[in-house]
Amino acid sequence: MTDTDKILNPGMNARETDETKSVLLVGVGGQGTILASRILSDGLMRAGYDVKMSEIHGMSQRGGSVTTHVKFGSKVYSPIINEREADILVSFEKVEAVRWLSYLKPGGMLVVNDYEIHPLSVLTGEAKYPDGIIELLRNKVPNMLALSASQAAGDLGNVKAQNIVLLGALIKGMKLDDIDWITVLKDIIPPKLYDLNVNAFKAGMAFLA
Amino acid sequence: MKEIVTGNEAIARGAWEAGCHVAAAYPGTPSSEILENVSKYPEIDSEWSTNEKVAVEVAAGASLAGARSMAAMKHVGLNVAADPIFTMSYIGVNGGFVVITADDPGLFSSQNEQDNRWYALHAKLPMLEPSDSQECLDFMKDAFELSERFDVPLLFRVTTRICHSKSIVELGSRTEASIKPYVRNPGKNVMAPASAKKRRYVIEEREVRLRAFSNNCSYNRVEWGMRRKIGIITSGISYQHAREAFHKLDDEVSYLKLGFTYPLPDELILKFASEVETVYVIEENEPYIENFVKQLGISCTGREALPAVDELNSSIIACALLGHSEEGRWEVEATPPPRPPVLCPGCSHRGIFYEMAKYRDIATSSDIGCYTLGVMPPLGVADSVICMGAGVSAGIGFSKVFAMPGAARDDGKPIKKVFGVIGDSTFFHSGVTGLIDAVVNRSNMALCIMDNRTTAMTGHQDNPGTGRTIMGEKTQQIDLKALCVACGVRPDNVQMVDPYDLKQVHAAIRKAYDANEIFVIITTQPCALIKEVMRKREHMYCHVDEKLCVKCKMCLKVGCPAISLRESSAEITRSMCNGCAICAQVCPKNAISQVGELND
Repeated sequence: MTDTDKILNPGMNARETDETKSVLLVGVGGQGTILASRILSDGLMRAGYDVKMSEIHGMSQRGGSVTTHVKFGSKVYSPIINEREADILVSFEKVEAVRWLSYLKPGGMLVVNDYEIHPLSVLTGEAKYPDGIIELLRNKVPNMLALSASQAAGDLGNVKAQNIVLLGALIKGMKLDDIDWITVLKDIIPPKLYDLNVNAFKAGMAFLA
Repeated sequence: MKEIVTGNEAIARGAWEAGCHVAAAYPGTPSSEILENVSKYPEIDSEWSTNEKVAVEVAAGASLAGARSMAAMKHVGLNVAADPIFTMSYIGVNGGFVVITADDPGLFSSQNEQDNRWYALHAKLPMLEPSDSQECLDFMKDAFELSERFDVPLLFRVTTRICHSKSIVELGSRTEASIKPYVRNPGKNVMAPASAKKRRYVIEEREVRLRAFSNNCSYNRVEWGMRRKIGIITSGISYQHAREAFHKLDDEVSYLKLGFTYPLPDELILKFASEVETVYVIEENEPYIENFVKQLGISCTGREALPAVDELNSSIIACALLGHSEEGRWEVEATPPPRPPVLCPGCSHRGIFYEMAKYRDIATSSDIGCYTLGVMPPLGVADSVICMGAGVSAGIGFSKVFAMPGAARDDGKPIKKVFGVIGDSTFFHSGVTGLIDAVVNRSNMALCIMDNRTTAMTGHQDNPGTGRTIMGEKTQQIDLKALCVACGVRPDNVQMVDPYDLKQVHAAIRKAYDANEIFVIITTQPCALIKEVMRKREHMYCHVDEKLCVKCKMCLKVGCPAISLRESSAEITRSMCNGCAICAQVCPKNAISQVGELND
């Protein structure tokens, strides 16, 4: 039995509770949410948690809005995160944070990549990409980190490593940095890209130092 | 050893551990990775079959010959394979034979939301329904033995959230299963009316034995709570959602967790229901278990509280059965623009759709694949998408009617031509039969075979046109043009076009439009996401000359996600662009130029 009366306080040490913790990663197909979630799940399993992760393949991967769910604790049942349940919402693209914000729990933490990818409806002028998203979010969500993961990754040589920058920030935000993530990265990332991704991971952690 | 794996990986592992020898499948989300993972085990002869019916028949033959065999497919694939499956229920097996159906509640990547548990009932096949990756592995490992014990193919039913969720599993080792001796037995294996009628009785006897097994097997288990106030009957992923929804009431709630769901265990359900005060049946989509429970005369709550449509989750259950409210979600005053999936930058389908969209008097019968996305604005090409193969055959029906006197659009204007659109893999799957029909029945439709040299939407699986098997061997590459000609299309009426060259595309579509008999266009550019293609084109991109751009927005009409309109001019995001240059060809001011060259 879990202690169900304990109110979760995201950002606290995840180990202090045996309640299930939920991390929702959202972004645009092709941004690498699945790889980031895979590394996260693997590290959590190695640290002794029960872990479930749910990803979506197929049609939505073609530039559509995508989500990956990671849940961990002493015992996880459903692999799905519902609305108002995510302890942390990590948005790889900023308007996606607005789209999926209802999944963040009251008091939850929001990590947003300050990066825009315009959907076709905006590119063709049919829809408008909203202005001032970061400010709107910041006014609502007290526990929020906006960072330019894409720029940080670009500075390291490849914008595609933005997913690992965000992973670093997320892990620091959840105070899970005592797990040996470097070994996990080594086991999962191809050798050619290992240095880049370790640097990206460290850059992500540094945003919350 | 422990690993965190998807349901699909666990199914593959379970098949390997069970000593499976032969595996066949046609890719389809969410099932595709099952065979991709099976093919990594050299002990199993794996193949991508031409379609699901072929896959089931290959596996059926392998089973009759004495091997443990499996076939995997998505839910709609089982419709294609239904014919052999229904009769294999009569014939039974020699080596264990497992058919995997991967259903898609919530339609993440499908054209319908059918619940394939009804197939087990309809074809009288025993069914296993795992609820996490460990059960995928364990159930699969047992499935072949159960199939052999009851002499029947076994239906293994999973859903998207089982297939594509990872959870922790304990891996085992492979137990070799010997190939069973082959004994010729026409009375059992040749389903002519006389022998089939005899087998019909055997099935009914088998049903009784299976029902008895279902009442006493470890796959169906009761988890008693401290008090027996609420009893929940559930299966598959719904079990996980139910456990989560009711976890604060663990003392009050007992579960009948069903893993062997055809035949359903009547005595077990009656006993369970008699021990609890209230019975809930929690399942996704169809009231498959609930109907049975009600037939047993048990009063229960199910469909009247839970939705029939979309995937289930613990929140829906908690709101419906525990009175939880959905109040208090975060909101900000901004409307996110819709972000549906789109054709990728450099997609080889774009040029065809761009040119087809210019015709106002055509109808387009499209098909299942990335090119379904041609329907999205601004291209907007597709009048119908039904199922694999209908891109050709439904086009035949469309063109029959549009040729009849009085047939017209609702604005009174005639439809002068019908185009079918189908991908290479889909054409091999079930388009070729439609093409033969079109030739023989003298249809004058035009067909575009969007040959991008792969099965793209499901993640780049090989198909009969790629010249490679799933095991990585080189093989005969089926020549699409020769195939069309062999189907009876006149060689002059088969036109190969480079879809990156709009002049060629324009001319070919014009020719097809004007033809009075069946005309086939075959495109020749591979999918832009194939690794080899990405490497070849990595230094290629298109560039907008700001001084020449007049912001006329013509380039936006090709619907490429790499092109946007900025303050001063159109702009192309270099990291997304592969230099296909479709946009450059539509620019009236020659403001867009192609930069870079193909790598060797």
